[in-house]
Amino acid sequence: MIWQLDLAILTLVVIVGIGAITVKDLLGAAIMFGAYSFMMCLLWSIMGAVDVAFTEASVGAGVSTVFFVAAVFRTTRRTKD
Amino acid sequence: MKVTGLIIAVLAGALLIYATVDFPPWGDPKSPASLHVSPHYIEKTIEETAVPNMVTSVLADYRGYDTMYETTVIFSAGVACFLLLRIFRRKESAERLYRHVLTGVTIRLREGKLPPSDDFERIDTAWTPHDLIIKTMCRLLVPFIQLFALYVIAHGHHSPGGGFQGGVMLGASVIVLAMSQDLRTAVRRLREKVDALLCATGVFIYAGTGALCLLLGANFLDYSALAPLLHVDPIMARSHGIFIVEIGVGIAVMATMIWIYCNVSSRGEYDEGL
Repeated sequence: MIWQLDLAILTLVVIVGIGAITVKDLLGAAIMFGAYSFMMCLLWSIMGAVDVAFTEASVGAGVSTVFFVAAVFRTTRRTKD
Repeated sequence: MKVTGLIIAVLAGALLIYATVDFPPWGDPKSPASLHVSPHYIEKTIEETAVPNMVTSVLADYRGYDTMYETTVIFSAGVACFLLLRIFRRKESAERLYRHVLTGVTIRLREGKLPPSDDFERIDTAWTPHDLIIKTMCRLLVPFIQLFALYVIAHGHHSPGGGFQGGVMLGASVIVLAMSQDLRTAVRRLREKVDALLCATGVFIYAGTGALCLLLGANFLDYSALAPLLHVDPIMARSHGIFIVEIGVGIAVMATMIWIYCNVSSRGEYDEGL
């Protein structure tokens, strides 16, 4: 485990997570969630949990982003608050 | 109100971070989890289940109940999306729009419908042209995605992967088809009823394997009881039992992902989708 890499990815996770809840554009938030999942996937694989990383990549970064985009496409793109 | 929420969130977060200090450090050999349970799994997995990847054996055998209810949760999510979103229109408007694929001429039928053919595709009023490059690339990619997904399911005993990941990828291959063409093309290949049936079948395979073990006189989900049926010794029977269960998980997850996508992307109307 390289601690510099670990720290860099952790920082990115926090930044992307805050970005996902503050951004006004919901499509942007969906993409942010995808990036968040991908960073978490990298973290899992750094810690040696390859199965969890695989699930995170396929479910979190893959299919759930598609669901978010589909939901945004069928509702509104801007948040009310 | 916003300030109160922020204060509560910061306080709860600080409390959680404060509590993590009490956790044993990452990879600590003296932590309670790695003193009793983990050594047993690490040392005995091959002897007891003949599965090289111990994550798979823990997921589907030692902790089989967890995975069974996870599959049930996925199934419930699919059913909930269906019940919330699906619209059964009593009277569909008799007018249908068809587009000639080669020339782009759109015709409108007052009533009746055209027989299914490659020359005409049915469209909606909100039709947007498809991109040729994306369409062709997705059509080329889909079989390889499905092949890799089957490999992930079948090879879960030896490498990372298993029913869940493989099922998600199988579902994603159909979703890719539905996004690059339109939802009707995908639904024509996998009907809604078939999809819903597959969804339930997956959960049934998992729970049914457990019940079969119960009928054969062992505990629920104790696959070694399947040995006389599979004509192998009890240890290999556990390995095969894990595989049967993984197939069930794969089918359930695949069908649920497609079901949720169809309902969300078309607002439950099963029209053109995205």
